[in-house]
Amino acid sequence: MAETPLTARIRPGAEPLDLAGYERAGGLEGLHKALQMTPAAVTAAVKDSTLRGRGGAGFLTGLKWSFVPTGPTTPRPRYLVANADEMEPGSFKDRLLLEGDPLQLIEGMVIAGYAVQADVAFLFLRREYTLAAERLRRAIAQAYAGGLLGRDILGSGYALELHLHVSAGRYMCGEETGLLNSLEGRRANPRTKPPFPPVAGLWGKPTLINNVETLCNVPHVLARGAEWFRALGSPRNGGTKLYGVSGKVKRPGLWELPMGTTVGELLDRAGGMRDGLRFRGCLPGGASTDFLTDAHLGVHLDFDEVPKAGSRLGTGTMIVLDDRTCPVGMLENLEHFFAQESCGLCTPCWSGLHWCERILTALEAGEGRPQDLQVLEFQTRFNAPGHTFCALAPGAVEPLQSALKYYRDDFERHIRERRCPWR
Amino acid sequence: MLTSEERAEIEAEAGHYPTRKALCIEALEVVQRHRGWVSDDALRDVAALLGMTPDELDGVATFYNLVFRKPVGRHVALFCDSVSCWIMGANRLREHLCQRLGVAPGGTTSDGRFTLLPVVCLGACDHAPAMMVDGDLHLDLDPAVDPAKVDAILERYP
Ligand SMILES: Cc1cc2nc3c(=O)[nH]c(=O)nc-3n(C[C@H](O)[C@H](O)[C@H](O)COP(=O)(O)O)c2cc1C
Ligand code: SF4
Ligand code: FES
Repeated sequence: MAETPLTARIRPGAEPLDLAGYERAGGLEGLHKALQMTPAAVTAAVKDSTLRGRGGAGFLTGLKWSFVPTGPTTPRPRYLVANADEMEPGSFKDRLLLEGDPLQLIEGMVIAGYAVQADVAFLFLRREYTLAAERLRRAIAQAYAGGLLGRDILGSGYALELHLHVSAGRYMCGEETGLLNSLEGRRANPRTKPPFPPVAGLWGKPTLINNVETLCNVPHVLARGAEWFRALGSPRNGGTKLYGVSGKVKRPGLWELPMGTTVGELLDRAGGMRDGLRFRGCLPGGASTDFLTDAHLGVHLDFDEVPKAGSRLGTGTMIVLDDRTCPVGMLENLEHFFAQESCGLCTPCWSGLHWCERILTALEAGEGRPQDLQVLEFQTRFNAPGHTFCALAPGAVEPLQSALKYYRDDFERHIRERRCPWR
Repeated sequence: MLTSEERAEIEAEAGHYPTRKALCIEALEVVQRHRGWVSDDALRDVAALLGMTPDELDGVATFYNLVFRKPVGRHVALFCDSVSCWIMGANRLREHLCQRLGVAPGGTTSDGRFTLLPVVCLGACDHAPAMMVDGDLHLDLDPAVDPAKVDAILERYP
């Protein structure tokens, strides 16, 4: 049986463990160990574990932590933010961790806070996660009462305040600098980088931002060691991963599996396609990743191997396209989302994504023209990385550019037959 | 005028942030929780409380999907219109809801009972299509699979 540290304490359909139960089930071991180490040694252990950011970009977590200046003359307060905005369509992994084991996240936050010597932590939660909010509030209160938060944490002398911030809904709040603006009470437009948040974040102070799943891994790295953690995953991709599958498979769901599980193995977990349906492809890690096809069933789902196949691991929650679902319609839905959520700051994004959506709507309505595909292709280049302020637009055109490659015939049929062949 | 209860709830968050302005999103939420939506008057009062101009606060309020600047019904039904739900029948769910409630997305029923709105992925993609009513998550709602299920859920919100 492969190990499942992240989900071992989560009991489906039941309330999460309280602090006493959490501790009996092995919780707090990582925090106790961390508090006996120097902050730099904690960061070094996390770096050594090859834990990489589960928010989608896969940045080496310990390396990011090391960017936070912590010397005696550096600015304070220092901030830590747990990114629990999870609004990427097709992603449903952080919700399980938030609802199922909130103390695990809090423990991870305290360890991360200690490593970068943070004074104040925010847990940035999207408003629709109401059950998570209720359980987090309870867990935070228990953590304060149990001495895990507040002054002199577990007798170590280290102090951390933790506040839950419930957002008002916008995909851009998940983008880390948009999140910072939102926490400051502004519109969630992104900020220029550099400076990067570890140097100048909330109110200009050093701010470490990590994804929920990233932080939930941290207690286990400390409790069991970097070497153990590395051995759970694939090369340079330590640990397990919460992988999800949605779409017309037999058993959609979420599983904690070794990092580097293949596309085919994950589809098997989901029971394969529903009877009578054929797998045509998938977005391996949420809405803003490129399609993989049945030529890619052997691809290992980690931060190094998926890019070699032309896509990204993203959030690790796969959206499956079957042969009775129209790829053009799917793209229309995706680009509608991205156009709606564009923050409006830069032209390629706010103008281009709406344009893409309109063309896709026209194709679906049987009003497509042959030159439309060139416009769509132009838009995928126009919104490529480096042309826009943040990564929303490049992410938005990833599924589009790969759909134009793999499902070209379907786009052309819409134009030729002047209708959607799936309707 | 903000009620003393609203003001107290807003001020309860004040210690979390170094600036007054940072309170504004939670302050709007407090007002909305009590009144259902954020009127121009309420917006002005919140702005005054936090030392912002009404325009500045409105710029923030209108940026966020869940700040309602128009009146809504007693219950707000948010149906997910994102990709996994779309694959699994979100359009059928939307049409069913529109037909049962007699409104288009964005609309409020004439008896003021429901406002129907689309929402971004509810993080329940393995149980698509999904919908949230007043903060309660409802799953596996394809009317083609179980047409009575959605109706039974709506009944729970008089
Ligand atoms: C448009 C956009 C939305 C994002 N949404 C999220 C999100 O909801 N949750 C998240 O953890 N990261 C999100 N990210 C990534 C964050 O910017 C950031 O990289 C991440 O939180 C860093 O944490 P990690 O290093 O632990 O992955 C988003 C990025 C972009 C461009
Ligand atoms: S890419 Fe889009 S979302 Fe990002 S800053 Fe530009 S307009 Fe805003
Ligand atoms: S796409 Fe509807 S819940 Fe995720």
